[in-house]
Amino acid sequence: MGRFVVRRLIQMVLVMFAVSVITFLIFNVIPNSDPAVRMAGRQASQSTITEIRREWNFDDPIYIQYVTTMKMVFSGDLQSYFTQLPVGEEIRKGLPRTLSLAIGAALLWMFVAICLGLYSAMKAGKFADRFLTIVALVGISMPVFWIGALMNHYLGFKLGWFPNGGYVELTEDPIDWAYHLILPWTALAILFIGFYSRVLRSNVLDTINEDYVRTARAKGLGERQIMVRHVLRNSMIPIVTLWGLDFGAVVGGGAILTETVFDLQGVGQYAAEAVGQLDVPPVLATTMFLAFFVVLMNAIVDILYAYLDPRIRLQ
Amino acid sequence: MSDAQPLLSVDDLRVSFATEEGVVQAVDGVTFDLAAGEVLAVVGESGSGKSVTAMTLMGLTRSPNAKFEGTAHYKGTELIQASEDHLRRVRGAEIAMIFQDPMTSLNPVQRVGSQIVEQIQEHEGIPDQQARERTVELLERVGIPRARERVDNYPFEFSGGMRQRVMIALALSCNPSVLIADEPTTALDVTIQAQILQRIRELREETGAAVILVTHDLGVVADIADRIAVMYAGRIVEQGTLDQIFYDPQHPYTWGLLGSITRVDRPRPERLPAIAGLPPSLADRPDGCHFRPRCPHEFAECSKVPPLEARLDGQADHLDRCWLSVEEKRSKREVLPGEIGLGAKEGARA
Repeated sequence: MGRFVVRRLIQMVLVMFAVSVITFLIFNVIPNSDPAVRMAGRQASQSTITEIRREWNFDDPIYIQYVTTMKMVFSGDLQSYFTQLPVGEEIRKGLPRTLSLAIGAALLWMFVAICLGLYSAMKAGKFADRFLTIVALVGISMPVFWIGALMNHYLGFKLGWFPNGGYVELTEDPIDWAYHLILPWTALAILFIGFYSRVLRSNVLDTINEDYVRTARAKGLGERQIMVRHVLRNSMIPIVTLWGLDFGAVVGGGAILTETVFDLQGVGQYAAEAVGQLDVPPVLATTMFLAFFVVLMNAIVDILYAYLDPRIRLQ
Repeated sequence: MSDAQPLLSVDDLRVSFATEEGVVQAVDGVTFDLAAGEVLAVVGESGSGKSVTAMTLMGLTRSPNAKFEGTAHYKGTELIQASEDHLRRVRGAEIAMIFQDPMTSLNPVQRVGSQIVEQIQEHEGIPDQQARERTVELLERVGIPRARERVDNYPFEFSGGMRQRVMIALALSCNPSVLIADEPTTALDVTIQAQILQRIRELREETGAAVILVTHDLGVVADIADRIAVMYAGRIVEQGTLDQIFYDPQHPYTWGLLGSITRVDRPRPERLPAIAGLPPSLADRPDGCHFRPRCPHEFAECSKVPPLEARLDGQADHLDRCWLSVEEKRSKREVLPGEIGLGAKEGARA
């Protein structure tokens, strides 16, 4: 297992390197115009542009430009020439918000999806199963900006049951933190609940017919033990993979809409606003950051997967 | 059969499944007794209902589409209508089963040891360490080398033969009185087959468990069975001791089975001997004797269902379902007494 983890982490670093090169190329090399002008944003003075060109070494060979760009991004002194705000600081402020949203939503959608998927599988073909199929389909079909806006309007604004957007620090008041996040969590989780519960349902139905489940029954185990130890564990393997990947994808951009609808001021919303203002440094930094996060999550998923399925770890 | 109360007594067992093609009568009036310590071989082609019979005894065929009739009494308990809770206490502890395919019958993500420990604890609730010790002993007993290390391996780290040994250890872990082996060697190669059968035979002598051996291979049972029940299309067509079936087979289907075994010590036949035709669909079986369409000796009587009864003088335990007279049977069959494969009547089938 240890060797597997080390190997997988080395792989991860290589992928991150490749990601950084590609991001650099996309931002600074491929667009056929002066990168310093784009970096400077709208309404920049000629002196700013000259300053940027010098600071980012845009007159040097490409590999020096690459190294300089990486230094700028990772040293934390990157700043937006448009708003004059330090980019690293903004991301640090947004990160707990984005993670609060993503982690809470991921736990919510996984938990609810397991319950619904398992229930649906056990009632396969009956009314409850068919009903849940339709509910899942409806859930999958509702875009998050629409359901989010509806929730915000009716539950937040009209009925006043929930705060109308905004965010409270977890360290400040955990209950208020959760209270502010209930709607965003739900809005983000709905799509995934629909999807995951369907996948789990079909996995469970496949697994139930496996020979080893018959063996478990022949051993005299109770129905509950059969379901949890033999059926669910094997059915969960593909779901866990999906979970990690989706979680990475949510942090890496999937939460942009939810953050914006509920005004959470997370990293995604920061990136979206920067894009709107053609403010390149924050876009570059958030792109790198979010891509790295997705790569990291992939590695964690693989390690978790190996833990769940011994056949992978020992190969 | 002995006068003593049989350990397991199956009476007129019928199992049918509702499918899209209609009602499939998988088991149609199966009756047999099993005495303690006895090995009963249930022999038949694929789809003859032998596996369904075996699994029904453990309640493993229960489903909303299945319908059961008849009874199976085990030590005074009726198994077919028993509650799921009651059956759970029988499964694994009193009646244990070895399945056909060891490659898929173990949970791939659970250590083999813990799969056995799980069963021991379910039935006996003994401490972890004790259950683990017993598991190691069991694995040693079924012939797994370095059992103490192997107990923490996963199934995919074992070969097919080793996995089947694990399955046997699992089945024996709570000292069952009845061991059902459902084609235990079909998925294994020939050398491993012999080892596994040898092991089952030894364990039966050590533990005194009765064995129901389900197989399609008469060659397998010649070594190990005390009695044989031949099944065809959901019915037992002939039942008797090993000697009765091999030396004086009464049913044309049994002749076919005995005759279809190839032998390496005989001149090679032009074609492999086989029973002509195909087994009937269990959803649409012929009236009367089910073997009728494939039987070379069919006559008018055959449109009525022949009862399973003793037809030989002085042999109350040799039963068959064939309307032919005993003399006709003895003159018509092509297999030689006590032999498998087609007999010396070379070309008799030509």
